[in-house]
Amino acid sequence: MTTKNIIQLSELDGKLKNKQWALAFALVILFTLTFLIPHYGLLNEYIQLTIIYIGINIIMALSQNMINGYMGDFSLGHASFMLIGAYVSSILTVWVFPNNWNPILTSIILFPVSVTAGGLAAALLSLIIAFPSFKTRGGYLALVTLAFNMICVSVVQNIEAIGGGRGFMGMEKLTTMPWVFIWVLIAVWVVRNFVYSNFGRGVVSIREDETAANLVSVNTKQVKVLTFVISSFLAGTGGALFAHVLLFITPKTFQLQKNVDFLVMVYLGGMGSIGGSILGAVTYTVILELLREALSILGTMPIFAGIPSLEVWRWVVAPLLLILLMIYRHEGIMGFREFGFIVPYRDRFGACFWLKKGRAN
Amino acid sequence: MSILQIKELTHYFGGLRAVYDFNLDLEGGELVGIIGPNGAGKTTIFNLITGVYRPTKESIVFDGLDLVGKESNWIIAHGVARTFQNIRLFKELSVLETVRIACYSQIKYSVVDALLRSTRFQREEEQILNESMELLSLFNLDRLADEKSKNLPYGLQRRLEIVRALASHPRLLLLDEPAAGMNPSEILDLMELIQYVRKKFNLTIILIEHQMRLVMGICERIKVLDFGETIAEGSPIEIQHNPRVLEAYLGEEE
Repeated sequence: MTTKNIIQLSELDGKLKNKQWALAFALVILFTLTFLIPHYGLLNEYIQLTIIYIGINIIMALSQNMINGYMGDFSLGHASFMLIGAYVSSILTVWVFPNNWNPILTSIILFPVSVTAGGLAAALLSLIIAFPSFKTRGGYLALVTLAFNMICVSVVQNIEAIGGGRGFMGMEKLTTMPWVFIWVLIAVWVVRNFVYSNFGRGVVSIREDETAANLVSVNTKQVKVLTFVISSFLAGTGGALFAHVLLFITPKTFQLQKNVDFLVMVYLGGMGSIGGSILGAVTYTVILELLREALSILGTMPIFAGIPSLEVWRWVVAPLLLILLMIYRHEGIMGFREFGFIVPYRDRFGACFWLKKGRAN
Repeated sequence: MSILQIKELTHYFGGLRAVYDFNLDLEGGELVGIIGPNGAGKTTIFNLITGVYRPTKESIVFDGLDLVGKESNWIIAHGVARTFQNIRLFKELSVLETVRIACYSQIKYSVVDALLRSTRFQREEEQILNESMELLSLFNLDRLADEKSKNLPYGLQRRLEIVRALASHPRLLLLDEPAAGMNPSEILDLMELIQYVRKKFNLTIILIEHQMRLVMGICERIKVLDFGETIAEGSPIEIQHNPRVLEAYLGEEE
């Protein structure tokens, strides 16, 4: 074979180093802001809280997108992974870990440990869903995961020791802006590195044609297990962060409705796209919060007295959005496309670079 | 040296006998054709070899490895590759991506390597990218590397399927009607391509085909199937004059 134009990543890298620096710089500024905003109260509490929820939703949308967007399967089980992460981490911080530590130490040592533990617990339980996914796909897997969600919710509802249906509380508000930023960054990093690797190519090939994927040597079972484990780990961390900002969790919070939210984010932002997941989570959270504002203003007017709250209205908005999306743009805003800076150079410019070198020689 | 031995391969779909008592002993480097009317069980044989179906009764030994009961991806990773009768490319993915996916079994790095982008990951990915681009350039597809595979013209899609099969480093290549839907000049190109691939990659090939021009032109040995049974075997000349073959294809003489 000809070896004239071997691609050396180092050469590719050199040309794009500047862009990489710009990205790093932007991230550092954002990270600094996550400290400055709460410290100096640059934004009011309500907006700060919304930003934290946006962060958690980004993690959840990424996690959901790994299954629905990249693998082309359909999961309704992500709210249950969130539930597991939320309960496991809350139990750790409230009962297991010492309460008398210095708050700063608790925040930097105990909290990340409990979030990670929540993620790992969710990852372990995801194996229960990963194995049926060998046999069933699409709509059928959706039913399996829906059943899984119902089981999780009713199991927790019936364990009196952790509050049963009344819920669990006693957590401190450990989910701060910097932590959410870090976990979002980890989630983006993990999904991006997974998707742009041998395993990620395997995941996408399953979406395109599972039988053909198997017949070109992709170990589809291995790939599915890995995807479920990573996806549910992220969902578990999302749940842990959620529990430590809401400070009160009940099993009912993590029912189908919660999962519909994530589905809307994925289908709105874009299937099989990291940028899309981020966009979808931001857009959808902002839409709901604006709706909340609108409802509270309307509520003060005499004609609209007694108008139902957001909790009722989101049952109208989310399904309506889903229906409209499915009809008019079922792959979402960024469907199967990606912001350039997220894609590794090798995957983005590899072929071009190879051809250019070929022409030069 | 014998590379593939199939003994008494038999498969039933419910009560329907799809393949019955199929035997094949393949020497390394041979090019064998399987022909027969539609529904004779040709593709079923490929599906049995590559583990899509599990044979009812059989033994399939490839290069000393027993293939029966193994997962498809294991079989492919151990040196068998195939193409499909109705093209099964990853339509929405790029040409380069398609070929890189088929390198799955050659990559040895773990998920941790992938997540941390270790030097091992970098090295293996670079190697896969170079190898895929070289393979594509051999078949004049390198300029289309970033194109979605569904956008390629029909003939190139067929060619890309062969490239994808080659990417998993096979020693045995199963071609399932590669000339389906091609015009005579495309068939001539394909004949050249198959000969070239065989020499270049040192392959043993089994070819299922309806286009007699192609089969008679390049196969050294031909097996004829009808209703799952082998009705004839021999060189192209022998097959062309075999009365049972003529009967199966053209019906009985009055």
